[in-house]
Amino acid sequence: MLKALTRLASREALYRQIVTPEIEERIARMPKPVGSFGYDAWGYNENAAKLGLGVVKLLYDKYFRVTSHGVENIPAQGPVLLVANHSGQLPLDGVMIAGAMAMNPDGPRAPRAMVERFFPTVPWLGSMLTGIGAVIGDPLNCIKMLEQGEAIIVFPEGVRGSGKLYRHRYQLQRFGNGFMHMAMQTGATIVPVGVVGCEETMPSLANLSPLAKLLGLPYVPLGPLLPLPARVYLNFGEAMCFDKTASCEEEVTARVELVKDKIRELIDRGLAERTSVF
Amino acid sequence: MNEKMKTVLVTGAAGSLAKRVIARLHGRYNVVAVDFRRKVETDADIPSYKVEIHKRGFEDVFRKHRIDAVLHIGRIFPHEHDRTRRYNANVLGSKKLFELCRKYGVGQVLVHSTYFVYGASAYNPALLDEDTPLKASEVTQDLVDSVELENLAQIYLWKAPELNITILRPCNVLGPGVRNTMSLLLSRSLVPVLVGFSPLMQFLHVDDMADALVLAFERNKPGIYNVAPDDYVTYQVAVEQAGCRKLPVPSIPPLLPKLISGALNWNSFFPPYLINYFKYPVIIDGSLFGETFGWKPKRNLNDIFSYYRKHKLLSA
Repeated sequence: MLKALTRLASREALYRQIVTPEIEERIARMPKPVGSFGYDAWGYNENAAKLGLGVVKLLYDKYFRVTSHGVENIPAQGPVLLVANHSGQLPLDGVMIAGAMAMNPDGPRAPRAMVERFFPTVPWLGSMLTGIGAVIGDPLNCIKMLEQGEAIIVFPEGVRGSGKLYRHRYQLQRFGNGFMHMAMQTGATIVPVGVVGCEETMPSLANLSPLAKLLGLPYVPLGPLLPLPARVYLNFGEAMCFDKTASCEEEVTARVELVKDKIRELIDRGLAERTSVF
Repeated sequence: MNEKMKTVLVTGAAGSLAKRVIARLHGRYNVVAVDFRRKVETDADIPSYKVEIHKRGFEDVFRKHRIDAVLHIGRIFPHEHDRTRRYNANVLGSKKLFELCRKYGVGQVLVHSTYFVYGASAYNPALLDEDTPLKASEVTQDLVDSVELENLAQIYLWKAPELNITILRPCNVLGPGVRNTMSLLLSRSLVPVLVGFSPLMQFLHVDDMADALVLAFERNKPGIYNVAPDDYVTYQVAVEQAGCRKLPVPSIPPLLPKLISGALNWNSFFPPYLINYFKYPVIIDGSLFGETFGWKPKRNLNDIFSYYRKHKLLSA
């Protein structure tokens, strides 16, 4: 016992506990080109990604006990947008989808996510998020990443989805059309994802909007301070492809609705298979 | 001077980049070297002048030599002079240069700009294209001259197409003899870093930049081009790789590092107006230049940093 403790005390051993050989193997298999120091143009770094994935895997397996179906629908390479419903105040749904993508035995992908523009201004947090693959939500970033064959997680509901109250759980909010334009422009595949369980990780009874305004945040929830260990169910739907033929915004919206319907279906599937919330 | 060869005027001839460019042109072209700092020592057949390009005397160079092309490399760095003097030399001087080029029928002008013109903002996407707005003057007044020089060059690009203007915007250029901010910084043993920030950066060896300049001159394809490799490294890793020790500087509130830099007179290597460039990345897309001119840097990041490492070992 004492021996085990001393071993754990060394940083290297702790690192090995988090970054298991399985994680090393998945990262090595990702079709992700990096430069001579392991960085890409958006600041993704292989070493940071390993550590990040190690921590995510612990949360994925031990805390949220995620069940996922259909990861084989994520193409092993080439540009892809993973479009999901957003919920739970904190972007834990994104983190879990990222875990499923990166650990996918059929073809692991380096998950990329678009984050709020204020993150780079926060010391440490900004660098950390960048290192594990987050980029600021700028259309130019998204297009250039898709052109280079990246896999990006998208929540078209944005804060409308993540900030909604518990009584509105599993009700899809308005989807932005941006992701569809990107997909059409770059020929990227869309994989719809239904997330079940994240709504229960941080049920919000009310939005303290005056406080949010004061802090410059999109919302401040009245709810638990830390995420609750709800079970999470991820359902990845079949890949959808859209050509460039949409001639007006109405047509684009119609296509977005197709994706939205698919996500609704996948959420219902997750809700049906769930036997207990925690 | 050989009448059969083209005559090329190189400004900023005392700088390490211009010296390398002159060495590459020598023998194939008649080279005329000018610098505002001093009369540069050159090979016997290269006429050299100490002249300020915004002053009247500059025209004499054009009267004396039939200039075919100008490589405008010389720019006064912010740590070299105050803002007004710099504005005069960099902006008014360049305007004068373009006017003289028109008057004396110069057929090609190359302008050496900098990636600083894009501005370091937290909202920057990565891989900035050449048509991204230049927002540096939003960040600081001290880069207004760099942006205006660019604007001026771009005006002449369409106003005087006969000048065949090519604007090059390189990322951080490093290497032996380079005296820009980043090179002076990495030459030091103790280097300031902002606590909690380590932006991604691009570095180019000065020899590769000289190759790029000569290539752009010889191929003559007017336009605006970023010049940068598609390899990246964060600032703090670069600092370690260059063999420097880190001096952590508090980054919050944002004004604090600027005050510290100002108070300690770090103007030449960590100036207050460049603090944002040590905080937020400005990653440029160099693919247009690479594809247009078939160019690829020959030296990698390790080649670049090893010079600074070895330099420190030698002086220790």
